[in-house]
Amino acid sequence: MGKKRYCMPDPQAAITDELLMQHIDRDSRVIDLGCGDGRLLEKLRDDHGCSVQGVEVDLSEIHTCIGRGVPAIFMDLDQGLSTVPDDAFDIAVLSQTLQQVRHPAAVLSEMLRISRRALVVVPNFAHWRIRQQVVVSGRTPVTQSLPYSWYNTPNLHFMSMADFRELAGRLNVRIVHEIPIIAGRSRRRAWLPNVRAESLFYILERGDSDDSSASA
Amino acid sequence: MANDDSEFIPDDDSIGFVETQQVTLFEAPNELCLESGVRFGPIDVAYETYGTLSPEKDNAIFVCHALTGDAHVAGWHDGETKKPGWWNDFVGPGKGLDTNKYFVICANVLSGCTGTTGPSSIDPKTGKQYGLHFPFITVGDIVKVHSALVEHLGIKKLLAVIGGSLGGMQALDWAARFPDQMAAVVCLAAAAKLSAQGIAFNVVGRRAIFTDPNFNGGEYYDEPEGPRFGLALARMVAHITYLSDVSIEDKFGRRLQNSSHFEYNLDQETEFQVGSYLHYQGKRFVERFDANSYLCLTHAMDYFDLAEEHGSIRAALEKSNANFLLASYTSDWLFTTAQSLELVSELVKGKRNVSFVELTSSKGHDAFLLEIEPLEQLVRPLLERTRLEMAAQRQQKAAGSSGDKHDG
Repeated sequence: MGKKRYCMPDPQAAITDELLMQHIDRDSRVIDLGCGDGRLLEKLRDDHGCSVQGVEVDLSEIHTCIGRGVPAIFMDLDQGLSTVPDDAFDIAVLSQTLQQVRHPAAVLSEMLRISRRALVVVPNFAHWRIRQQVVVSGRTPVTQSLPYSWYNTPNLHFMSMADFRELAGRLNVRIVHEIPIIAGRSRRRAWLPNVRAESLFYILERGDSDDSSASA
Repeated sequence: MANDDSEFIPDDDSIGFVETQQVTLFEAPNELCLESGVRFGPIDVAYETYGTLSPEKDNAIFVCHALTGDAHVAGWHDGETKKPGWWNDFVGPGKGLDTNKYFVICANVLSGCTGTTGPSSIDPKTGKQYGLHFPFITVGDIVKVHSALVEHLGIKKLLAVIGGSLGGMQALDWAARFPDQMAAVVCLAAAAKLSAQGIAFNVVGRRAIFTDPNFNGGEYYDEPEGPRFGLALARMVAHITYLSDVSIEDKFGRRLQNSSHFEYNLDQETEFQVGSYLHYQGKRFVERFDANSYLCLTHAMDYFDLAEEHGSIRAALEKSNANFLLASYTSDWLFTTAQSLELVSELVKGKRNVSFVELTSSKGHDAFLLEIEPLEQLVRPLLERTRLEMAAQRQQKAAGSSGDKHDG
């Protein structure tokens, strides 16, 4: 198979559960949107004493969650999260999924409606190898583990660090932390992150007067 | 059949022959205080059990039957050769509720007509059937009797309570009323209350019974014939609500029963297959069900409202540490997915352990009785996991209490 094409990081492997766990306090109430087989939530429950809730659209994954004692709700993020009450969680996690939902802005807003804080991991489509691939070979980016092409990829949206910042601003979402993932590791102070990061890890909170009213 | 005389032998994937058992609870002076305020007793309870209770008594599952079900969930009664228990595909050796592992209990509900005290039972005070002198029964009253039966069987904590439709309402009420009596709650095709549309169908059913000339104010037990037509009509209407447009279309379409063309005859009441089917369902139902019981139980269903009784659904269920599993079915229009999601939302708010799935089925409300495989896939891991958790809690408790002794 001729030339190698640059592959986007694998949604599962790109960010380790550990990195997410580092940013989730003990005893938090956590919801994982697209929780898969519930591994992260199981760890959070057992090691961090968290109270956990999964959301998943794949029934067989839900069976696995139930077997682990991780409660999981069958829900399609594209249909909205209206079942989940306001402020029901301390933290909502969305890992490598935002680019796959139909309405990313709506999902982000919903996350910060149901939880105080959102942990979001997104691929960075402005990585230099993607730029190179687009410019040199004129081909769209694909992901590592599966041979997605533009016509069958689950990745509906292509965003970069700059794009994400812009959206956060528009939604009045405060970026508490922005952590580039380079070569599978988090690099807080990286040089040229929007060119070198394959993924971005964001910690988000509501931006507006919430804080001022709390401190008043 | 070649050998009509030979004894009937059940197919070997069922639990085989079973018998209904009977116990009398709430004898004077310990009558049951009903929600209506009336004290009522004694109460005979008809129940069946399958499998063996473990020495730790941690493998008991209580099945709550739906509106017109009975205690006979699985296996065959002696003399019964046509149909096994109503959930035979789900309950038995190696099945979803695996009787090799679990001890399964089911009881006929209070005010029913298959062995538990109901309007067709003899009132010890008068020596005659209760009829409509039977007290008004609620889902809560039914649950109190179930709960007492579990205590009578020497079981402190059930592994799970499971039920669909009115059975699901019982499971929810049970978790609200006796939150420590079960480790898991499985609620299928049910809701925190019956919708106004559901009540409307029950109203029509009761109207059919009340207006039957043979109803006689419920005093029909000594007559040659009770309100057969009214009860059959009630069932026909209700049966439509258990199906879906797609399932009726698939099963019957517009096919005619006895002919390939219309008769253009006004005398002919049923020409379409769907009509014959509903008539048949009505007729069969009358053979096995009592009209007064039907009145009692539809009223119980109409009255059920978890939020109304406890302030909110959340308040009702937040005392329970059980693992909740809820399921709805895409084509169920009697108990919709939206109603299940209302429960899910409240349970999440109350930080309870809740799993929910919407299962795809064309079979309407009856799907919970018919779609066995997806149900098994959900319930199996839940039961296994919950039993492990119960064992861990027992160990913790044992360690804790021995620790206390050392401290003391």
